[in-house]
Amino acid sequence: MSGRAALALAGLGALLLLLPAFAGNYLLSVATLFLYFAFAGQAWNIMMGFAGQLSLGHALYLGAGAYAAAGLYFHFGIGPWAGLWLAAALCALLGAALGALAFRYGVAGVYFTLLTIACAEFARIGLDHFSWLGGSGGLFLKIAERGEIDLANLRGPPAMFYYVILLLAAAALALSARLLQSRAGYYWQAIREDEDAARALGIDTFRWKILAVTLSAALTGVAGVFSAFYYGNLFPEQIFGIHRSVEIILGPIIGGIGTLFGPIVGAALLTALAEGASEIVAALGWEAPGVKQMIYGIVLLAVIVFLPHGVWPALARRLRPGK
Amino acid sequence: MPFDFIGLANVVCSGLLTGAVYGLLALGLSVIFGVARVVNFAHGEITALAMYAAAILFASLGVDPFVAVAPLAAGFFIFGYLLHGAVIHRFVDRPEHAQFILLLAIAIVITNGLLIAFGPDARAVSLDYLLESVEVGPLLIDRGKLYAAAAALSAAAALFLFFRFTATGTAIRACADNLQGARIVGLDVKHLYALAFGLGAASASVAGCMLAVLAELTPGSGPAYTLLAFVIVIVGGLGSMTGALIGGALIGVAEALAGFYAAPSAKSMFSFALLIVVLLFRPRGLLGGKP
Repeated sequence: MSGRAALALAGLGALLLLLPAFAGNYLLSVATLFLYFAFAGQAWNIMMGFAGQLSLGHALYLGAGAYAAAGLYFHFGIGPWAGLWLAAALCALLGAALGALAFRYGVAGVYFTLLTIACAEFARIGLDHFSWLGGSGGLFLKIAERGEIDLANLRGPPAMFYYVILLLAAAALALSARLLQSRAGYYWQAIREDEDAARALGIDTFRWKILAVTLSAALTGVAGVFSAFYYGNLFPEQIFGIHRSVEIILGPIIGGIGTLFGPIVGAALLTALAEGASEIVAALGWEAPGVKQMIYGIVLLAVIVFLPHGVWPALARRLRPGK
Repeated sequence: MPFDFIGLANVVCSGLLTGAVYGLLALGLSVIFGVARVVNFAHGEITALAMYAAAILFASLGVDPFVAVAPLAAGFFIFGYLLHGAVIHRFVDRPEHAQFILLLAIAIVITNGLLIAFGPDARAVSLDYLLESVEVGPLLIDRGKLYAAAAALSAAAALFLFFRFTATGTAIRACADNLQGARIVGLDVKHLYALAFGLGAASASVAGCMLAVLAELTPGSGPAYTLLAFVIVIVGGLGSMTGALIGGALIGVAEALAGFYAAPSAKSMFSFALLIVVLLFRPRGLLGGKP
């Protein structure tokens, strides 16, 4: 990393760290949303961007993580910090099982993608009928006293959630950077580019693909835990829905699949665009449901047609005029 | 209480009729995949668009969906042809995932366009004669369902005949069988792919008109029908036309039985379970050969 890039990153980090000091609640909620998408997008990027396995069912891990931690808290009073590990472990197990079955039986390409969707939908309908976790009526977590910080139970003001997700997003960035330089990262990229060639070189593609799915699933589960405690309520329709899976993948695709900063840049662009558009639409007075999603769709369409590698690679070239 | 065989027969019959419409829906997806090599993640959304068109035509002009179906099919054929020629064609040589995401984006735009234009409320087409039923022996058959199934099967038969007996249909099949060979003998592959996509969209629109009669529609119907069409096509074997029809009948009956004997909402759970099992153990579909 060049000195200038490091400086820019440090500046951005400082700005994000100090944001709650001067930002109002609205700006803070938008920033939290951005960081949440950045975190979940990075998790998905490990599986698709690094290892080339397209999942359109990441809502499965989001929902499983959310329901696991929320269920433990709701029924047994087990706080999210302990629940987090159990949720991540459960999602890792789910991811590993799905990956093992799919890769063992040679389910690839569109069949693999459909399998991920089917599993998420199956879980959605299953949870709809699982009354212990609220069923389709939803699961509601105790609301915190405004202003009172209960860090142990992750109940508190927006700034607390903001710092939690900032920490998570930064950790995911560090992990992604580390992974890209690691043996696993190189193996994944080899598998992504040409799986047969990778296998011919002696890479145990089955094992490394499973590792990618497992890691990606566990991190997405953590995003689910955050989402459950941030919003305080859970509905199977909402958290396991395919729109949720699509939301996760938008950031990395717009920013640039497989790149380190792509998911973050994409999440920032997407959040800014959606919020900006909602504001404009509200100001014009024709507020209608679906406007935000419509913007997502149009941006996605434009990026995939005109900028197939995403915004970040094009941006990165501009930032380094020497090369 | 003795087992109600007549009730069961009625449920199965109703499932078969709905299944014929599902079969046509899936047939469109199968044609698009089998020939144009496009995994149409916007299939249900195109169907929902046709459902809305039929419902709006009925509500504003009083046009019976069974009359509207022909012009709508022609319109959707042109829509599909242009969509493929203008956008999707560029993605033929791009990585698969780029194509999935493109169609997903088209799907999102259609669904939310419908949501913005028509709001989230459910709509339905209510025609008096749809509620009447026909007695066939001990069976009571919904008139609406009967007509819908007949229309769907006619459309499917027309599609079969087109692919089997016309020169263009044969040329499209040639592209599907051997793309390079088709290029060598001078077939206009881009045009033929776009034709196939248009035909798939037209099938989806016919199925959509019929579904507008059978089911209520919301903007959320689109994604649900996309998934349903994939379930059917995978169960029947992706790319197989007969497989799509048989898969449709199977899923139609299974849904009707699950809706009747278990919770109505459990019916799609069964479909997804079936999809997962088929994907894992018979990835080429129940009727397909071993991979």
